[in-house]
Amino acid sequence: MESKTDQIKLNATTILENRKIAPGVYVLKYKKTKAFKAGQYIGLTTDLEVIPRLYTIASGASDEEVQILYNIKDDGWLTPRLSEIKAGSNLYVTDPDGDFIDDNTPAWWIASGTGIAPFYAMFRSGLTENKTLIHGGRFTHSFYFEKEFMKAMGSNYIRCCSQEKANGLYSGRLTRYLQTIKELPNDCRFFLCGSPEMVVEVRDLLINRGVKYNRIVAEIYF
Amino acid sequence: MNKDFLLGKTLEELTHIVLDLKLPKFTAKQIADWLYKKDITSIDEMSNLSQKARESIKEKFIFGNISSTKVQCSVDGTKKYLYPSNLPHKFIETAYIPDRERNTLCVSSQVGCKMGCLFCMTGKQGFQGQLSSGEIINQIRSLPERESLTNIVYMGMGEPLDNVPEVMKSLEILTSEYGMAMSPRRITVSTIGIIPGMIEFLNNSECHLAVSLHSPFDEERKKLMPVQNVYPIKDVLEIVRNFDFGRQRRVSFEYIMFKGINDTANHIKELCRILDGIKCRINLIRFHPIPNTPLDGSDESTMEYFKDQLNKKGITTTIRRSRGLDIFAACGMLSTKELVKRQNEDY
Repeated sequence: MESKTDQIKLNATTILENRKIAPGVYVLKYKKTKAFKAGQYIGLTTDLEVIPRLYTIASGASDEEVQILYNIKDDGWLTPRLSEIKAGSNLYVTDPDGDFIDDNTPAWWIASGTGIAPFYAMFRSGLTENKTLIHGGRFTHSFYFEKEFMKAMGSNYIRCCSQEKANGLYSGRLTRYLQTIKELPNDCRFFLCGSPEMVVEVRDLLINRGVKYNRIVAEIYF
Repeated sequence: MNKDFLLGKTLEELTHIVLDLKLPKFTAKQIADWLYKKDITSIDEMSNLSQKARESIKEKFIFGNISSTKVQCSVDGTKKYLYPSNLPHKFIETAYIPDRERNTLCVSSQVGCKMGCLFCMTGKQGFQGQLSSGEIINQIRSLPERESLTNIVYMGMGEPLDNVPEVMKSLEILTSEYGMAMSPRRITVSTIGIIPGMIEFLNNSECHLAVSLHSPFDEERKKLMPVQNVYPIKDVLEIVRNFDFGRQRRVSFEYIMFKGINDTANHIKELCRILDGIKCRINLIRFHPIPNTPLDGSDESTMEYFKDQLNKKGITTTIRRSRGLDIFAACGMLSTKELVKRQNEDY
């Protein structure tokens, strides 16, 4: 009988690490065997009968390991199982693919939650010049990789926290933060990554504020 | 305890249910007849089941039909129904489009949508939830005009192939002998090109496929449809090109025309190039602007020229008639108006 994944090329690999970094949020690592570009994704599953779910790689292009940032979806099939898996277990992954790719030109990176992953990959790949990173999260622990971003990007790294207050964080939703900015740059691209709600709301906001739609590049988690 | 719907269960699922309830196996077929072939709305009306059988089913299940809570009628005969969903304050849209001998129902497969296409009103809601097979079938089963229905298109709210298990179950029920016994040639499933879902649909159904194309150029399509970053149209077309559709099954491409964006001679040329070798048709669709959109629809003469050129180059191309404009029949218009939207706290 045909398996559901027969027509998808999957590579068997071994989990090197599967670490909880915040409540319900994990970083999983496996050894890199295929080159990738920062911003690309892989498909991942623990069972050949289950179609892989897609995750953007959160590693630099030169890193030796492929790192995946994921949160547990309570109603999901994969992530509750994935969070229980220990280092040494098998995993099936697709080759890297995708076209959410930035270059050295000026850009604003706007992310919510684990949508920070492609921007961390870009950052780890050396793209920080001319970049502004705005990350929206619910709690103070929602700003994954914040120490590295803060050190390298300084005031160009903005964390917007919708449910808690803390020093150094903008208190409120990232859409409210964007509305407080008097003038948005007209010479750069805007990369958006996160939930469909965030991407659509931010894209509408940017367009309403005069940003041309063709300067907005969006990646949606589905 | 929340009781599950019987409506939307496949024969295999009904068989498991009756065996679990220690009822004879043939009861499953009897229930399927009542659910999908007869005009009843309650388990009590399943008169060839024993009283004991009906009582034991009722302990765990409800019939599952839900009437629409709102209907809007267009001057052109189009009707838009709004059904409550299993999600609080969220609604399911269904559009009934009568047209001479052909009466089409446009069904939804999700509440809201995750895909975030720039031109789509449903996307403005964000994603609210998946519809169950029962909620999909109910859009047909509870339709007052169901007897006159000739065609079904999965082109309402949501991306059908992002809800493959429930959509495939609903297709099985619509086309099986035990179910509604419709010809699969009267059903079209539309997708923006979710490749794993498309492969499963192509391999396990006989229904027609429609692919939302909207631009033959990668960079341009990416700005209109974020899915292009993940499933590029060239990969989608490769699967379509290599799949044997047989003599009767059809693939078509949907192409909304945006003024000055995707309606030039270059687009005609590139469409011919990328669709070379695929037996297909193109449906050109007028864009009716949604609130705050940066896009405009192409004018009539441009659309006619575009259609004629594609036809001359051998690709059967038609312009789809706009229907129900006075009742916001485009998907998402009505339910987004009704939606009580809360601010997402995640960002």
